[in-house]
Amino acid sequence: MMVTDGLIEGIRQGRIPVLARAISLVENGRDGYERLLSALHPLVGRAHRVGITGPPGGGKSTLIERLVQVYRERDITVAVVAVDPTSPFSGGALLGDRIRMDSLTLDPGVYIRSMASRGAHGGLATTTREVCDVLDAFGFERIIIETVGVGQSELAIAGSADTTALVLVPESGDGVQVLKAGVMEIADLYLVNKADRPGADRLVQEVEVMLGIRRGNALRHVGPHHGPATTGSGKREAEDVSEWSPPVLTSVAVSGEGVTELVEAFDAHYEHLEQSGELERLRREGLARHTRDVVDRALSNLVWQEGDGAEILAEKLDDLASGRVSPYKIAHDIVAHLQEAPE
Amino acid sequence: MVKKADRPIRVLVGKPGLDGHDRGAKVVAAALRDAGMEVIYTGLHQTPEMIATAAVQEDVDVVGLSILSGAHMTLFPRVRDLLSEAGRSDVLVIGGGIIPAEDIERLEGKGIAKLFGPGTASQEIVEYITSWAESRGE
Repeated sequence: MMVTDGLIEGIRQGRIPVLARAISLVENGRDGYERLLSALHPLVGRAHRVGITGPPGGGKSTLIERLVQVYRERDITVAVVAVDPTSPFSGGALLGDRIRMDSLTLDPGVYIRSMASRGAHGGLATTTREVCDVLDAFGFERIIIETVGVGQSELAIAGSADTTALVLVPESGDGVQVLKAGVMEIADLYLVNKADRPGADRLVQEVEVMLGIRRGNALRHVGPHHGPATTGSGKREAEDVSEWSPPVLTSVAVSGEGVTELVEAFDAHYEHLEQSGELERLRREGLARHTRDVVDRALSNLVWQEGDGAEILAEKLDDLASGRVSPYKIAHDIVAHLQEAPE
Repeated sequence: MVKKADRPIRVLVGKPGLDGHDRGAKVVAAALRDAGMEVIYTGLHQTPEMIATAAVQEDVDVVGLSILSGAHMTLFPRVRDLLSEAGRSDVLVIGGGIIPAEDIERLEGKGIAKLFGPGTASQEIVEYITSWAESRGE
């Protein structure tokens, strides 16, 4: 289709308005989007993708503005994908992450895109990944994905990043609340932001202890009383390069304190991924998972959009409601019907 | 392939210029969200360049501008022109704020499709955008 060809050409030429259009095409699943992604695929895989997640109000957007500023001082181009929730009632969304990233707007080496989670069908992870693929193909060297991390869907997003940072703040209260949410298992890096506030030291310590417990050594992260400081480097045991131990860093995003260290920790993690062969493994895994997602999406489309799934369901709804048939029977019929359908 | 039925309308709500009153802009932003739109709010003190750049990056359908300081005759058309220069003359630009009646006509002549003064019901803005989107088709 002509539209797709124009988009591919425009992306190769580095035209931002075309990039923006292409992202919408992908986000909306419009005609030709799979063809576009397919054509861009050879260009994908060069960017370092960093996921930043954490509870609302943790200062993620402010932190990202500072992060991007550091990258820009180093002449690295950056794309930011800021995901905010869609209202399940109205389907609308208020996307306000740009407010905190004001200073980046006019920099031609920075592209910011706000995304609503939409995801009624768990499609968020798939589309976010695909949007990142487009940005990657366009040539951005870093892609930062911002999500509000309070549940499982955010973990899926983290799964499409090479490096995931969890941002915590002292006032999120009892550190254990965050620890039990499951987000603790996915991060490659922990950041206690607003570290100038009371309780920050304790939170750092709690996270370190928690990480130690998880790794079967509660004291692993507690530095020795004497000798060189070893915390925060991300590489505590020089001989052990195959395993990454997540560092716990601190920052005060509003003043920019700790941001350079964060950039360095991201780079260190990426280097670790490359050297240990982990990057290769993660990307293979990611591609396999992504392919499965695309198949799931296609199958769901086949049943509900192109096939007779919706009709069969509507027909049997009375029987279902009155208890004469079970959902399983109907689901079985729908799938059986799909299998019978001629090509 | 079957087309998806529809997609949310994307709107950028911005405050160009120097006045610091964004209550109105926020109320409108919330009303548009409640009507099922995806609203990107860019905050206070934006230059027309910032608003146009953000609108292009976000690939919005509509830009809604609010000014209460009286600088609308300069800043509204500037946003419009920058969008057109970026190849986005298709974006609907609307405005609101304290705008004298004679200015409204002049602004409409400069490509600001519609201006909503004080006292406008937010539903009126929602309906205006919705019917514009429907008439545009796709």
